[in-house]
Amino acid sequence: MSFMPYVAPEQMMKDRSEYAHKGIARGRSVIGIEYVDGLLFIAENPSATLHKISEIYDKMAFAGVGKYSEFEDLRIAGVRLADLRGYSYGREDVKARDLANAYSQSLSTIFTQQMKPYEVEILVGEVDGDASGTAIYHILFDGSVTDEQGYVAIGGHAEELTETLKTRYAEDWDLATAVRTAVEVLRSPESRTIESETIEAGVLDRTRTQRRKFRRLEDREVAQILGD
Amino acid sequence: MTTDIPGLAPSGPFGANPSFVDLLRRARPEALPPALQAPLHAGVPAPHGTTVLGLRYADGIVMAGDRRATAGYSIADAKMRKVFAADDYSAIAIAGAAGQAIELVKLFQLELEHYEKITGDRLSLEGKANRLAQMIRGNLPMAMQGLVVVPLFGGFDERRDEGRLFYYDATGGRWEEDDYQTTGSGGAPAKNSLKKRWRPGLDREDALSAAVEALIDAAEDDVATGGPDVVRGIYPVVLTVTAGGAEDVPEDQVAAAVGAVLGSRSEPRA
Repeated sequence: MSFMPYVAPEQMMKDRSEYAHKGIARGRSVIGIEYVDGLLFIAENPSATLHKISEIYDKMAFAGVGKYSEFEDLRIAGVRLADLRGYSYGREDVKARDLANAYSQSLSTIFTQQMKPYEVEILVGEVDGDASGTAIYHILFDGSVTDEQGYVAIGGHAEELTETLKTRYAEDWDLATAVRTAVEVLRSPESRTIESETIEAGVLDRTRTQRRKFRRLEDREVAQILGD
Repeated sequence: MTTDIPGLAPSGPFGANPSFVDLLRRARPEALPPALQAPLHAGVPAPHGTTVLGLRYADGIVMAGDRRATAGYSIADAKMRKVFAADDYSAIAIAGAAGQAIELVKLFQLELEHYEKITGDRLSLEGKANRLAQMIRGNLPMAMQGLVVVPLFGGFDERRDEGRLFYYDATGGRWEEDDYQTTGSGGAPAKNSLKKRWRPGLDREDALSAAVEALIDAAEDDVATGGPDVVRGIYPVVLTVTAGGAEDVPEDQVAAAVGAVLGSRSEPRA
């Protein structure tokens, strides 16, 4: 029979937190920006098929950084929650706040009760009605949630990127300006070069006439925006 | 392997199951339509939807349906919609027990959307048609009690670059049609009408006209099928699926097609 030595709860939380931080810091970043027609999520992602940015529901999108398998699990759970709720009640009753709370509860349970915390940081974005209905929820590996205004960066160089965004962000950017600035900001730490094919971007565009407001920007479109 | 996340819906055996129906069965079985969980008692009078049809034309497919739902000898609804876009590139038209049918359509639409979001890919048209067959088979216990649902399904097959049409029987049997098909109580007269008018490679206007004429013929021969009501402005629902996606034909175009057919019939005979 194995013997578990006593570890103070403070120490245990600190260790787990450090472990999760390290895992997240290794990964690349995602930036979320409000622009004039909605919300842009943009990231550097060498894979064209293993997405960091995805659709959850009609007006909701998801972005994750850290360990792919873990944020992918969370994404799928989010799609399930949203589809079940929309079927049981009505499509307009599916709210990003509820999903952010569910993620928060789950991540908090995992952080305190499981052997290893999730090494992830996620964003849940929503557009609803006019610009005042736009929301970005930022959820950490331990379940803490913040409601971000205007812009947010998560992942590897999050703090640095957020500082840069703070100095540059202006309301009422159009999509092209938002994409261009976000890519410049992503490139800023370590003066990285990022090819336009490795940019993954998705928008929640409230001006879309379709019910589903999420749209991926194709490589061609990103290249075109960055080219001029 | 997807792990179950505390407090969120469970996953299933291995990997992320992209089926919404399976998810509903696990997470909230009470919310499933009765037939998809277990048999229910029979003999409940339920409204029935009547005639729908589908045909292939040059750009894809046309699907159309009358607007009447009947309960015995009463008209339960004069403006019911029986033709729906299932997703961006496919459409479903239903005849039979209306409550069951509408629920089946809703579930099927969600099934396709859920699959697309979970896997990041749209199902192939073949995949969609097969999934629908399984869902109809799930309705078999209800069908045995008279609540039959018999849909037509069709869409634009992006891989083959053509429109395709499928029809089903109550047991979930699935057949592909090369030209046109009808179902519902007025299905026989509608099919006879289409037989006279359908040609390979019809253009959009002729396809629309053939579809509404078939529904008018069905309404003449079948009491349960509602003809176009020019006075109250109730026209058939017509939908096209082409390489550009699924689209409702605007009501003024349907009205014009109906007007042309009725006009040609009311001309004085020599």
